[in-house]
Amino acid sequence: MSTFTTGIIQHADASIPMVSTKLKTTDFLGSVMVRWGFRRDHYRVTPGLYAVGQPDATSDVFVTANYKLTFDNVRKNLSGINGWILVLDTKGVNVWCAAGKGTFATKELVNRIRQVSLDKVVNHRRIILPQLGATGVAAYKVKEETGFNVHYGPVRAADIQKFISDGYRADKKMRRVTFSLMDRIKLVPNDFMSGKLYLLGAVVLILLISGFSSNGFSFSNLITKGGSAVLNIFLAYASGVVLTPILLPYLPPRQFSVKGFYTGFLVFIVMLLLGFTGASVVEILSWFFIMTAISSFLAMNFTGSSTYTSLSGVKKEMKFSLPVQIGFAATGIILQVLGKFI
Amino acid sequence: MKDLVYLTDVVTLSLCEDTCNGCGMCIKVCPHEVFELSGKKAHIINRDFCMECGACAMNCQVHAITVKSGVGCAAGIINGILKNTEPTCGCSDSGSACC
Repeated sequence: MSTFTTGIIQHADASIPMVSTKLKTTDFLGSVMVRWGFRRDHYRVTPGLYAVGQPDATSDVFVTANYKLTFDNVRKNLSGINGWILVLDTKGVNVWCAAGKGTFATKELVNRIRQVSLDKVVNHRRIILPQLGATGVAAYKVKEETGFNVHYGPVRAADIQKFISDGYRADKKMRRVTFSLMDRIKLVPNDFMSGKLYLLGAVVLILLISGFSSNGFSFSNLITKGGSAVLNIFLAYASGVVLTPILLPYLPPRQFSVKGFYTGFLVFIVMLLLGFTGASVVEILSWFFIMTAISSFLAMNFTGSSTYTSLSGVKKEMKFSLPVQIGFAATGIILQVLGKFI
Repeated sequence: MKDLVYLTDVVTLSLCEDTCNGCGMCIKVCPHEVFELSGKKAHIINRDFCMECGACAMNCQVHAITVKSGVGCAAGIINGILKNTEPTCGCSDSGSACC
């Protein structure tokens, strides 16, 4: 038995697990873990039918994904409601991303409705889907194949209760996707962790370069020069994955890569004023190129975490930005090496 | 809402108003208020708000909407280029999470 189930309900010749609408400390700790990228691929709920409260044949059916973070958010917001939760197998991915990938999809929903014999569980033909599932589900096809009418509910589970009390209607605000400061901050830890191997690679490379001088390689050089070099790399990384997401709406350019260039440039200027970017013009220029390239590239990757960038738009942005980033990074590394020998 | 406009004049969204049966489904599923219903037809009122998620086209019973949908994600596009596939966010069916 899992930590969120409270018992079994016998209904329509089936034994259906009942789930709590209260989250426990373990659920909270689990959410912190996956936000930091730990065991995120394994944070799953078994697909199938669950009960909240004391549901009967007239109760509503809420469809969701089997990413536990998503499932927890749904059950938490169903407090006081008697209903059924139908969990689709989305391979542990949230509703919106799963809908985009074709796992939160018409086929899976139709199969799952049949597998749990939903037509016997309830006597009505109404199922409530999160609005963002619409990217993967064709409501009219579900109706054709199963007889169930898909009602697209609000974007956020927090609006479910209001959606129901308003007579299964979502107002404009409930239908609109936002991207608040809190939304963006929640994404930062995972984005920070997901690039850690690249960060490590960059740190190793810069440490090796730091060890060189016109007298060849030495560990004492590596240690005296390496510290500020590693700091610069780390701050450029943080500029792309932390500073840019937080400042996102306040940075005027629309292209994420240009936003990241600005923040990277800002961090570079700060480090220049603090004297961490070397003594020679070549070294300083090298750090300008390296830091802006890193920040810009990582900021560009935040398009995938954002809630409003289109495929066509990102392609257009990348056509210009990716070659510039590669050019900047290569120039920066060449100057960095040159700086050691002049 | 102005905060959530990405690049302008790039999206592939199109709506054939002659074919539209005015069911209003596109308005319900769109997360960025791209459509409006008036005179029993849907109209595109905020084209640049579109993020090409494809929910409208997926749920249009009369196929009045077309959009080349996909992930608006730089890492996904690079993945696609490296693997020579459509842009994908790096998680296979066997199951790593992403986005």
